[in-house]
Amino acid sequence: MSKLVGAVAIAGGGIAGIQSAIDLASSGLKVYLIESSTTIGGKMAQLDKTFPTLDCSMCTLSPKLAEVARHPNIELMTYSEITGITGEPGDFTVTVKNKATYVDYDKCTACELCVSKCPVKVPDEYNEGQNNRKAIYLAFPQAVPRVFTIDADHCLYLNKGKCGNCQKACENDAINFEDTDKEVDINVGSVILNTGFEPYDASNLEQYRIDHPNVVSSLEFERQLSSSGPFEGHVTLADGSHPRRIAWIQCVGSRSPEIGRNTCSSVCCMYATKEAMVAMEHDLDLETTIFNIDIRAFGKGFEEFYQKAKNEKGIRFINSRPSGVEVDPVTDNISLKYEAEDGSGIKREEFDMIVLSIGLTPSDSSKNLAKIAGVEMDDNDFVKTKIDHPLETSKPGIFVCGAMQAPKDIPDTVADASGAASKAASLLSSERGNLVTEKKYPPEKDMGDEIRTGVVVCRCGINIGNIVDVPDVVEYAKTLPHVVLAKEEVYACSTDSLEGIADLVREHNLNHMVVASCTPRTHEPLFRETLMEAGLNPYLFELANIREHCSWVHQNNKEEATKKAKDIIRMSVSRANLLQPLYQEKLEFNKDALVIGGGIAGMNAALDIAEKGFKVTLLEKESELGGMLLKFTHLQDGRTTKEVLEPIIQKVESNPNITVHIETELTEQEGSMGNFKGHIKGANVDEDIEFGVAIIATGANELEPEGYFSYGEYSNIITESQLEQKLDEGVDAKNVVFIQCAGGRNDERPYCSRACCTVAMKNAIRLKESDPDRNVTILYRDIRTFGVWEELYTKARELGVVFMRYTEDKEPEVSEKTVRIFDHLMNMDFEINYDLMVLSAPMVTPETNELLAPMFKVTLDANRFFLEAHIKLRPVECATDGVFLAGTSQAPKLVDESVSQASAAASRACTILSRDFLETIGNVSVVDPELCIGCGRCTLVCPYNAPELKEVTVETEEIVYITKKSEINPAVCKGCGCCAAECPTGAITARHFTTPQIMAVIKAYGEGI
Amino acid sequence: MAEEGWEPKIVAFCCNWCSYGGADTAGMGRFQQPASTRVIRVMCSGRIDPLHVYNAFLEGADAVLVTGCHIGDCHYVNGNEKTEVKYNFLEEMLQQLGLEPDRLHLNWISASEGERFANFINEVTAKVKELGPSPLKPEGVK
Repeated sequence: MSKLVGAVAIAGGGIAGIQSAIDLASSGLKVYLIESSTTIGGKMAQLDKTFPTLDCSMCTLSPKLAEVARHPNIELMTYSEITGITGEPGDFTVTVKNKATYVDYDKCTACELCVSKCPVKVPDEYNEGQNNRKAIYLAFPQAVPRVFTIDADHCLYLNKGKCGNCQKACENDAINFEDTDKEVDINVGSVILNTGFEPYDASNLEQYRIDHPNVVSSLEFERQLSSSGPFEGHVTLADGSHPRRIAWIQCVGSRSPEIGRNTCSSVCCMYATKEAMVAMEHDLDLETTIFNIDIRAFGKGFEEFYQKAKNEKGIRFINSRPSGVEVDPVTDNISLKYEAEDGSGIKREEFDMIVLSIGLTPSDSSKNLAKIAGVEMDDNDFVKTKIDHPLETSKPGIFVCGAMQAPKDIPDTVADASGAASKAASLLSSERGNLVTEKKYPPEKDMGDEIRTGVVVCRCGINIGNIVDVPDVVEYAKTLPHVVLAKEEVYACSTDSLEGIADLVREHNLNHMVVASCTPRTHEPLFRETLMEAGLNPYLFELANIREHCSWVHQNNKEEATKKAKDIIRMSVSRANLLQPLYQEKLEFNKDALVIGGGIAGMNAALDIAEKGFKVTLLEKESELGGMLLKFTHLQDGRTTKEVLEPIIQKVESNPNITVHIETELTEQEGSMGNFKGHIKGANVDEDIEFGVAIIATGANELEPEGYFSYGEYSNIITESQLEQKLDEGVDAKNVVFIQCAGGRNDERPYCSRACCTVAMKNAIRLKESDPDRNVTILYRDIRTFGVWEELYTKARELGVVFMRYTEDKEPEVSEKTVRIFDHLMNMDFEINYDLMVLSAPMVTPETNELLAPMFKVTLDANRFFLEAHIKLRPVECATDGVFLAGTSQAPKLVDESVSQASAAASRACTILSRDFLETIGNVSVVDPELCIGCGRCTLVCPYNAPELKEVTVETEEIVYITKKSEINPAVCKGCGCCAAECPTGAITARHFTTPQIMAVIKAYGEGI
Repeated sequence: MAEEGWEPKIVAFCCNWCSYGGADTAGMGRFQQPASTRVIRVMCSGRIDPLHVYNAFLEGADAVLVTGCHIGDCHYVNGNEKTEVKYNFLEEMLQQLGLEPDRLHLNWISASEGERFANFINEVTAKVKELGPSPLKPEGVK
């Protein structure tokens, strides 16, 4: 490679692009995030809740949106698309077309004045066309960038030359009808493709009658559930009433080879279950039914979620695929015809609303982008990758992640995204920090002894100014304690006003500042930066929210709104007067990594970190590297595990940055991120070790299914891994029966083990291909060959593998040569002869998890896998900083998923290792040792284990004694302040939200009422 | 019963990540509310000390609302669970002091639940209006 450019272009601003961008930018690379719509956020921004925890989607997403918006190393290119990619790894030229927005992004303050004046109504894409937006619009309130765009297809002025109302309404001169499309070339070292998926267009399947107003797509239904949706969270029929009976039809546009959609979409079973559950929370009397082929609850916590939906919430799951929706020509009522599960024949049932669970399909723009990038696609139009290299496209330097590679859910997409970032960062590791510029601020000025507070009251155009009597409020503000100056601005956040605020600080020697305008959740960072430019500490700023909390919610009561604005400002000034400058402490730290577990995940994680120039110690407790894969002989793509393991073991062993210790375990461990200290003990080593980050890749094992289906009683009953060893030698059995979920999905192990259906399919195919006359039968509860592995299921059926469903309450009965199974559809027992029986047993956790978890102060879940920090958006991190998860230590997964997650863990770990210092947050809590009585309450309430009781010797005039005092580790504290509220002696100060500050606000409240 | 035209005064403690955002979303959605309530922001509802609530009453609040993220959604893992523990204790204490139950509320409101926030303010304001001024109010404050 002749030249390396320390920048990466990311195509697609959904959750995948966002995660890749944050990882890369935090590792010191410049990022161009290119998104075709007006905002980043992607499909996740449209979701109401996320399964299986029913977290609010936007609540977890919007902090990430804000992080991208603020990140100095990320250049956002929205309303843009890639039109060309040339060059080679390390040095690509990407041509980007920026569409004209007709709004000057530097001038638009998103005040919304234009919106009410725009006469054009356009179906709102955000709500799936179920209500209208205007031709000038913000996609949704949390959109990033937070600026308006004119929809050129619908704008009256742009199409007919008349109107121009928005231009007249805009008080900041932001509308520019002369705007044009622009094309720019950017120079980058790597490209990441993640333009995601497109929901399947159900109008292609006429039998499902999406044209009927009460038949909706699952995404339309999702918007209906959302409180920010078209009906404020109330599910609504065409006549305005609310449904009593709702049915979901699964696999619309998925698992349908007859229309060329071969794959399973991986997410629909869970989102339908979630939608039914949330709808029932809104309306307790609702009856919900989900028609399905199989319920694919294969991810972490999914099976438990499904069982809860079925057994506790009363959602009806019917194993049948209705052929279509029937509409009564007279009443217009809708009904479904389906085959009853109990074998009683065809039934018809009427519903008020039918939701079509539409699948994830590759979008046209994704296909086009893949063509521009020149990367190979598979037969289903997903970008082609290999199981052991799931993030690498056919073109070096170009990586892929998320639903562009295969249908997948949010956590897998997020893990992929971090993984792809790791691959790009490895390629460009020598260029870290070269293209990023750090913003320099003037030194902080001397605060002086006198509190001098300034107040700026914003009119926000007419948003505040028309409701609140701003001049009156300004006069009032001047009377408040320590206020030396108060004035009004039309838009406090416009570029010239911000400069004006900085000038005020300088000219009037202000040392505290209050701006009364909008919410700190969006605007505080902007004003804080202004203070820094004026030489003031950013923590000396306070926002008084008189828009969202006042003028917008009291539009018909100007007098009360004005009084409330005064109260809010008085309370804010009282707080501002007590604010203290706070500093982020810089701490030196250890930049080595420890990886525990030498399976495919641990090895990949170690390599990804080592390739970025950091030292890694890799521990393996067995006598060779390879982990669980050593027990299996083949991958589901036909290659042998040896083919995959050998090159990576060779790479790990020859990498000078990796030290491998086999037959070695971690025996002791303490400390926190950047400063871990432990002890390792093994065959050839017995020493102390120090490291900055740790990756837990301790894997899982196949259960010995003792006690299930006569395993252990007869020698011809074996597990999948035993079958694979046998298959290499040749199997002569003529009748082979598989039983799925042998020891899984039961009370003892309520989880689904995710991989077993695909593994069984792979082995059934090998059995059939090696001897087509052999009878192969698979007894199953649900076939869960999700995503592209659905094609293996199709192939197995084509080869003549017989599938029979059983239920947990009527399990197959196994004797030495026969198995008895009850068939629900036929309503009778069958007896099947077998020579060989194969049990698909779940993955179970190693006992060492119980030792590791307390050492790292991390948590195990109910199934004893390691618990991630957030099930959707932080899938490879532990809640304890600096500790990461890779592979099956977190949950059962397939090889490609383990590899991708290993890269993800490495990426997240390297965002820490790439820093020059560890920086604390400013508002950490601190303990006053004089007041601390060592009770330890704080250590019990802190979710991050930041406070620690330490032994100290106290010397007073009378006595010397040893006691315990709490100390808060500033590197770990997140500033929630819970400890301060718990501390019985007031020894803990929650900085920036101190007791005196909060009490002053309460007192100021009382002064004005 | 309160005097004619008397309006309740309410303090709402909100966490930065969820319920404060819910109040913001109420604004963005223009969900109109009585101007009875003043919001005090903290990073996490777990920061709210029972003393803060008690002092708000002593300063003249007729009702105090403690709000945070839904259980499971806490930005700080589980700060709101600690809020709940403290709240239960506080509720019992204030009731022993003679405070009516309708004057103290714990509610979980997500950042997208603007309408829920507005409805909550509307409901509490209506209830407290019926109750009249708080018995903990200092003399001379209406």
